[in-house]
Amino acid sequence: MSAAGLLGLSIGELSGRLSRRQVSAEEVARQALERVAATDGRVGAFLRVTPERALEEARDSDRRRARGEVRSPLDGVPLALKDILLTEGVETTAGSRILAGFLPPYDAAVVERLRAAGAVSLGKLNMDEFAMGSSTENSAFGPCRNPYDLSRTPGGSSGGSAAAVAARQVFGTLGTDTGGSIRQPAGLCGVVGLKPTYGRVSRYGVIAFASSLDQVGPLGKTVRDVALLLQAIAGHDPRDMTSSERPVPDYLAEIESGAKGLRIGVPREWLAGGAEPGVERKVRDALATYERLGARLVEVELPHSKYGIAAYYLVAPAEASSNLARYDGVRYGLRAEAKGLKDMYGESRDAGFGTEPKRRIMLGTYALSAGYYDAYYLRAQKVRTLVRGDFDRAFEKCDVVAGPVSPTVAFALGEKVADPLQMYLADVYTIGCNLAALPGLSVPAGMHEEARLPVGLQLIGRPFDEATLLRVARALERETGPLPAPAEFA
Amino acid sequence: MSLSIEEVRRIAALARLRLEPAEEARLAGELSAILDYVRLLEELDVSRVEPMTHALAGEGTPLREDRVVACLSPEKALANAPAREGNYFRVPRIIE
Repeated sequence: MSAAGLLGLSIGELSGRLSRRQVSAEEVARQALERVAATDGRVGAFLRVTPERALEEARDSDRRRARGEVRSPLDGVPLALKDILLTEGVETTAGSRILAGFLPPYDAAVVERLRAAGAVSLGKLNMDEFAMGSSTENSAFGPCRNPYDLSRTPGGSSGGSAAAVAARQVFGTLGTDTGGSIRQPAGLCGVVGLKPTYGRVSRYGVIAFASSLDQVGPLGKTVRDVALLLQAIAGHDPRDMTSSERPVPDYLAEIESGAKGLRIGVPREWLAGGAEPGVERKVRDALATYERLGARLVEVELPHSKYGIAAYYLVAPAEASSNLARYDGVRYGLRAEAKGLKDMYGESRDAGFGTEPKRRIMLGTYALSAGYYDAYYLRAQKVRTLVRGDFDRAFEKCDVVAGPVSPTVAFALGEKVADPLQMYLADVYTIGCNLAALPGLSVPAGMHEEARLPVGLQLIGRPFDEATLLRVARALERETGPLPAPAEFA
Repeated sequence: MSLSIEEVRRIAALARLRLEPAEEARLAGELSAILDYVRLLEELDVSRVEPMTHALAGEGTPLREDRVVACLSPEKALANAPAREGNYFRVPRIIE
């Protein structure tokens, strides 16, 4: 077995070994913790490792198994969580200095659900501050690196969640996706990442960024792993009023049904030279594979795609400026000493927020301020209706929409930090899915031939049709296989 | 479109952000560039388009019964307070 040892297995394979008692959950957790200790100095995926807690959860899992009370295929499986998800009694910062030392008084709904499924949490993962960014360089606690090339970013904002899976530190992770923050890092790190339909997964206990866009979702090495994780976290939660009451299907039921007979929509606008040629080539290769598998490619139009980033960078900052108003130094988080209340607010927020949150708070406050609301926020919300209409029309002709995840492969650390607008443009293909509240998935399309870095294929589905996305992604994976692990982490 | 330093200061005051002078100047430039970019939306005639006010019409926001449920204990709610006094959050003087 490779140096990654057990950590090279899929969740399904590990689950089999656990159930045949070939290995104990405690031994698996120990190996995962050792691997994190040995590799994370180079990767920077973790903000916090919780070894005692992990080993305790693993031993609980072993005791359950001995009693014949296994809870799910995730029982005893080591995972890790983006640091935007509240974990009771375990420091949660959202990558921000303003929340350093914050000990949540309760668990996020998804954390409860993973625990109920028997999963073991190894700790909390690095991210752009308050999920604002596309490279994880906006983390207040240091950047994370791409396991395929440590001089490059893993993407973001869930960069730690993607890098931890790619470096074989854990078997799967949770991230959040507001404008591409699961799919983009998954694509750049060569793993599978799914943003569920808005309302599919509870956001109770998820630190809010842009509430009309935020969703929680899984990342894993394989499509089946991601399906298993989604199965565990999806479903209604009365504590999140945007949570849907629709029943959750069995995501594995149709996953091996292949692509034959499906119609795959290819947006004319997404392969019109906007992506780097080597990226476009891998996407076209994947489309050709689908055709060979018996799927039919149909051209669709998303004429409002080019307005997506502009609409997003009004809606998201506007909602962020409102959500981040709660960090005022009164109830939790950093407080700067000052004479009066108003100065205390200003000094605390100045000391606690990094550059990107400040920029977005300013932009959002401006867009919502008296006299500008109609011209900015309201107009952007109307454009969302147009973006959604594009997808509705596309889905009359096809079952899924397919295209690139990102216009380029992983970029170098520092390459885009000086120019916020350039960084925002990295999200050009992922944002529409959030604006339209649809489910989206990133699956490896292969390695870029010159750069030798992963390229992701993005699949977008009808509302609540995650099952078809998983099925289509699995059909490609069955042909191409999951990407080989990064050489340094194989 | 160009945002003046005065405008940046006005927004910072609304947002309760105290910015350094160098930050004000940088943000004036960056926000102007972003606002220029989002003017792209002015190309579209949205006069007859409804805004998306709920991400998925018909999903979520169901009504529930109005009844008392458990909530955080005062001890838990106050556990992260930067300063507290008894069961209260302590803050600096409000009336100057």
